[in-house]
Amino acid sequence: MKRHLLSAADLTRDDAELVLRTAEELRSLADRPIKKLPALRGRTVVNLFFEDSTRTRISFEAAAKRLSADVINFSAKGSSLSKGESLKDTALTLEAMGADAVVVRHGASGAPHRLAHSGWVRSSVVNAGDGTHEHPTQALLDAFTMWRHLGSLDGRRVAIVGDVLHSRVARSNALLLHTLGAEVTLVAPPTLFPVGIDTWGVETSYDLDAVLPKADVVMMLRVQRERMNASFFPTAREYSRRYGLDGKRMRTLQDHTIVMHPGPMVRGMEITADVADSDRSVIVEQVTNGVAVRMAVLYLLLSGAEGVAGADESENDA
Amino acid sequence: MTAYLIKNVAILGGAPTDLLLEDGVVASIGAGVSADGAEVIDATGLIALPGLVDLHTHLREPGREDAETVESGTQAAALGGFTAVHAMANTEPVADTAGVVEQVWRLGREAGYCDVYPVGAVTVGLAGTQLAELGAMADSAARVRVFSDDGKCVSDAVLMRRALEYVKAFDGVIAQHAQEPRLTEGAQMNEGDLSGRLGLAGWPAVAEEAIIARDCLLAAHVGSRLHVCHVSTAGSVEIVRWAKSKGWNVTAEACPHHLLLTDELAASYNPIYKVNPPLRTAADGEALRAGLADGTIDIVATDHAPHPHEDKDCEWAAAAFGMLGLETALSIVQETMVDPGLLDWAGVADRMSYAPARIGRVSDHGRPIEQGAPANVVLYDPSVRRTVEPSESASLSRNTPYAGMELPGRVVATFLRGTATVLDGKLQ
Amino acid sequence: MCAQPADASPTGRVVLDARDITRALTRISHEILERNKGAGDLVLLGIPRRGVPLALRIAERISSVEGFQVPVGSLDITMYRDDLRMKPARPLLPTEIPPGGIDGKVVVLVDDVLFSGRTIRAALDALNDVGRPQAVRLAVLVDRGHRELPIRADFVGKNLPTSLVERVSVRLAETDEIDAVTIDGTIDGTTDATPEGSPA
Repeated sequence: MKRHLLSAADLTRDDAELVLRTAEELRSLADRPIKKLPALRGRTVVNLFFEDSTRTRISFEAAAKRLSADVINFSAKGSSLSKGESLKDTALTLEAMGADAVVVRHGASGAPHRLAHSGWVRSSVVNAGDGTHEHPTQALLDAFTMWRHLGSLDGRRVAIVGDVLHSRVARSNALLLHTLGAEVTLVAPPTLFPVGIDTWGVETSYDLDAVLPKADVVMMLRVQRERMNASFFPTAREYSRRYGLDGKRMRTLQDHTIVMHPGPMVRGMEITADVADSDRSVIVEQVTNGVAVRMAVLYLLLSGAEGVAGADESENDA
Repeated sequence: MTAYLIKNVAILGGAPTDLLLEDGVVASIGAGVSADGAEVIDATGLIALPGLVDLHTHLREPGREDAETVESGTQAAALGGFTAVHAMANTEPVADTAGVVEQVWRLGREAGYCDVYPVGAVTVGLAGTQLAELGAMADSAARVRVFSDDGKCVSDAVLMRRALEYVKAFDGVIAQHAQEPRLTEGAQMNEGDLSGRLGLAGWPAVAEEAIIARDCLLAAHVGSRLHVCHVSTAGSVEIVRWAKSKGWNVTAEACPHHLLLTDELAASYNPIYKVNPPLRTAADGEALRAGLADGTIDIVATDHAPHPHEDKDCEWAAAAFGMLGLETALSIVQETMVDPGLLDWAGVADRMSYAPARIGRVSDHGRPIEQGAPANVVLYDPSVRRTVEPSESASLSRNTPYAGMELPGRVVATFLRGTATVLDGKLQ
Repeated sequence: MCAQPADASPTGRVVLDARDITRALTRISHEILERNKGAGDLVLLGIPRRGVPLALRIAERISSVEGFQVPVGSLDITMYRDDLRMKPARPLLPTEIPPGGIDGKVVVLVDDVLFSGRTIRAALDALNDVGRPQAVRLAVLVDRGHRELPIRADFVGKNLPTSLVERVSVRLAETDEIDAVTIDGTIDGTTDATPEGSPA
């Protein structure tokens, strides 16, 4: 793996599978009496959140703490955009505190990339969601959840439904699932696809009902309130009717098909309560898996000398 | 006043000859010219071009003297071979009154490196609601002929129509920054394959092209002159070509960075590449070069836009739009137009001196190098290559996208009315 | 991700062949039973990678003598290593604790080679996070000496005095197609300058 995790595109298939296998080992930790491993003892992980995201922050925090890292939470709501301290000065402060990894959530696309590549910090940078760009650990935990339910993702059909245009989850998932051999179909009204979607190496459809019966996984994306009045679609009701997953649509799915949602859900908008709470829904499991996957990422980025995973394996050196 | 005898110089790349600059004019041309007491410059291998004229420069003074001043900006201009620049109106205060344009004009005269022609704002405070006192600016000592809300688009069709009509009274021109505001809300980069992947809000070509098309039709309807600033898309070139084919009085400019750079650079998320209008695709660049070669695009204008370091040393969305351009423009035109055979040196003289002076109604610049013409001359060595080093810039800012890039050519000397502003590549 | 499987056709000097290994494991199995006075409360934990098949083989022998299945599992020590920060990040190996857990049990750690003792130190730490055994014992196929920590094995297949430049390779049918323990390299270091199993 590279030194930073900025985009799902940074991961080769070997890297991604290493993360998934490592997460599988770490997931069993939840069943042990002592839910802590010493791997990152003495290392400092900074959660640098320029946007509120309690669930992502506590997921990273739990992951780092279970690996015995010291965790500093830095909530810098209101970035340089609102005349606060600049991203650079914040970064220099963290560097001075001796951060080994910076987990960054930022409203501006590319902010983690800037942090990693502008010479401001030496630490590893993990993108915890940047603007409308990417959210690679979310994609990893989604892939991990699929992998646990379906085995290999080769040839598996994954439908990702909703606001692709503004979704960092969709971007990272499209990249990672493609790397892992899955066939991704993005489903949205034409207004919610970005220009150039045809270059993403995924299928696209405007017709949810045509896609559902073939899917092995259906991932519903959140539709944010601010889109409602921006003419992306006429009304919330029409959106739900055409692109929402309800009980009737759920009955057209194959028996093994799972339903996912990165959260937080808008029940009644993109997903109805009966679907979200059904046996097919793995939404709660996604949260559990999030901790294991983020532990795996932090472990693989931080535990080694060079931050290069898997390059060396000498046995029985006891 | 020092006279300069320039020996063996290739005027517009022609046969080597000698050139005597004396008393502010081109005194004589021809092999074997001699003049007692003149400083002799051996210009073997050098090309003489008429002093370059920039129709689109941001000098930032008054208001942002941390980014650039009239003095530092005109020094950069002189080093780039320019003898005249048009200073855009988006200063603080905005150049929307006779008082502000006269101040800028006077600062230019005092600095002495380059003639400064202030551009007047079209609307009060660039707000796009009420016409500024265009006539007062035209009648001022600055004799403003070019009006622009550059940075903002005069998007109101009625206001644009009135402005186009009104400036006919003093032979002015509206230089439009073509950007449909609603289509570009929050826009960060060219809308295309890359913007979708990078998650940066897209800036569609149509937002530029729709305004250009509308303005061409308006200019035709009221019989006015329209100048289109920084054309950046292939579609815009097509529309301008169509308007010209109708015989309408439309001119257009292209910027060096749009000729050379593409939107792929945004993948670095380094806002040094953030500019308005944004860097476009390779196909757009090709269309611009072809349009500049066939005259559809009349001129090269730099859109030299200095910004202090902190406005670029941040995340992309928070960064300012714009890049330096004065000191690299001629090299980039050589790289993209001359070396590939799209334009000869006479063509460069037209696109970077004659035509911009004509559009700006500047009489003392943009004149062919001939006996009796004002001695505004640049000596250029096209044979050397240099690596762009931002710290060497005369600009107060360092936001050049060309840092570390190797470019052809070097300005050896610049003469403003016979006075050397640059000699041996150095400011005088 | 897998370790390079050791060469199926061992070069080097064979110090234990398949029959020697079988005999050694049988003897260890009996010694464990003898020491523990039967197989009650016994849990075998192999240290991946090659400790695991060894633990399974010993469990099989004990089970056939005692007539019931001895719990057997694996204990990955990667995250407890003291050289974690000196080498690139390592992939994790499986930890599988048998359903009955280890609390109050006699845990026998099983590994292929005992060398510096650092792996076992890490294993003891890992065990500490899993539960509180009544006692912990150590069984190894080969003890090659050169201890760096005060750790010793309770059950040893073969004591093998070695030089530090020599390389001890354990191959097992489950992972490497054949059973063999070989020594490569000599004191003058003609075959291998960076022996596998050098102290970290």
